[in-house]
Amino acid sequence: MISVDLAISPKRALNQRLHELPTDTAETRWQVLNPQGQHALVAGLDAPIAVDIMGHAGYYCAGMNQQARVTIHGNVGVGVAENMMSGRVHVKGDASQSAGATAHGGLLVIDGDASARCGISMKGVDIVVKGSIGPMSAFMAQAGNLVVLGDAGDALGDSIYETRIFVRGQVKSLGADCIEKALRPEHKATLRALLDAAGVGPEVSVEEFRRYGSGRQLYNFHVDNAAAY
Amino acid sequence: MCGIVGLFLKDRSLEPQLGALLARMLEVMTERGPDSAGFAVYGEGGAGRIKLTLRGEDLAGIAEAIGAGATGVLRDSHLVLSLPVDQEEAARGWLALNRPDVVVIGAGHRIELYKEVGLPADVSTRFGLSGMSGSHGIGHTRMATESAVTTDGAHPFSTGADQCLVHNGSLSNHRSLRRMLEPKGIHFVTDNDSEVAAGYLTWRLREGDSLAEALEASLDDLDGFFTFVVGTENGFAVLRDPISCKPAVMAETDQYVAFGSEYRALVGLPGIENARVFEPEPARVYAWERN
Repeated sequence: MISVDLAISPKRALNQRLHELPTDTAETRWQVLNPQGQHALVAGLDAPIAVDIMGHAGYYCAGMNQQARVTIHGNVGVGVAENMMSGRVHVKGDASQSAGATAHGGLLVIDGDASARCGISMKGVDIVVKGSIGPMSAFMAQAGNLVVLGDAGDALGDSIYETRIFVRGQVKSLGADCIEKALRPEHKATLRALLDAAGVGPEVSVEEFRRYGSGRQLYNFHVDNAAAY
Repeated sequence: MCGIVGLFLKDRSLEPQLGALLARMLEVMTERGPDSAGFAVYGEGGAGRIKLTLRGEDLAGIAEAIGAGATGVLRDSHLVLSLPVDQEEAARGWLALNRPDVVVIGAGHRIELYKEVGLPADVSTRFGLSGMSGSHGIGHTRMATESAVTTDGAHPFSTGADQCLVHNGSLSNHRSLRRMLEPKGIHFVTDNDSEVAAGYLTWRLREGDSLAEALEASLDDLDGFFTFVVGTENGFAVLRDPISCKPAVMAETDQYVAFGSEYRALVGLPGIENARVFEPEPARVYAWERN
């Protein structure tokens, strides 16, 4: 395992080193010490490596990730795994705002809570939050799955296009055009697979969740509303 | 964009280190606000005495000229005047008459307030922040958006005794609030939107609200983006607007409560590895009081 201590070496050098790794690299295990809340840690990776960040990270940690498995042993700031394309990002603590924003693929697992706008404009990523999520989560969400074991804040799924949202706890309120939908067998299968992938055992049953999604009423302009403009 | 920091000590043994801890927090926030910086420190207050923080040029000798038991501590462009409480009015009168160029930027039993244009590290060095002790302090690094880069526009703002406020964000209804508050006797020195927020809280506190109640009321009356950190003689509070537009992170241990715009600002605090680090929720008042 390669260990990089950010108390000694600069973050940019670390990121550069990781960016230069070929896809078939043999240097597949990395550990980052003393992250101290620095921003853009291990952003832009594109190699099948595993990186452990040993502490709290700042903004945009593991942003734009492809292929890599990144584990943060602490909290993360705004925009963890934003625009992730593939791979897996696992936050052991809490995540700040806009976790998984605009992400197209991969799996984002947050063991603690995620604050406002979790999964905003998500485009295909799977997000599993073991705690609760803040207000305006899945705002304008377009594709993918958002699973929440705790509660969801105000205006969940406001102006949602598509995306399946599964919430086990309370939803404070639903946003415009986000509605509750039936939890059918195929949804239960998807949900179970996501829980398994996130390391959630059978003690959490899919029967405890409710599903929310798009009412599809905002897709097209209604001429009845013309007078509102 | 701006950076704000705050540190409220529960453990009195840390008080001699307050300034040094706050200085480091402030400096880390330079990237969020390189234009100007300021801070308020709640230090020792003498029985029956009040402190006035003055800003201006050629401040040496003012305490002696005012007399009446006044003493002064000069730090660069600021002078902290200590005087018997019953002499405050006379001292302000003397200043208005003899030194109209001098601005009183803070007043209270324990508050001292410093702000200047320049890089945060330079500002804190000029005033010797790292040598200051106290029970709590708040600081601000400014990237100006709503008004000019001047010392007047730097934070914190203090509009009432021992009160101060730092703000990250911008208020859109500050003009109408100012028109509402001025007839109620709240006095503003600058055109800054954040000063109006401070004045609003001063008004609510004067009307009998607790600090937490005053902040609750501000959620209805203030329009715009804000994260506030507020200090009173014995209190410390944090509030974010309902959509949590501006960043905030807090850390709490048995020894202190700390606030930073980013976690980076908190990494130098003792025992941070084991602190409860959390993001304050939008539209929720967090307040601490010390007896």
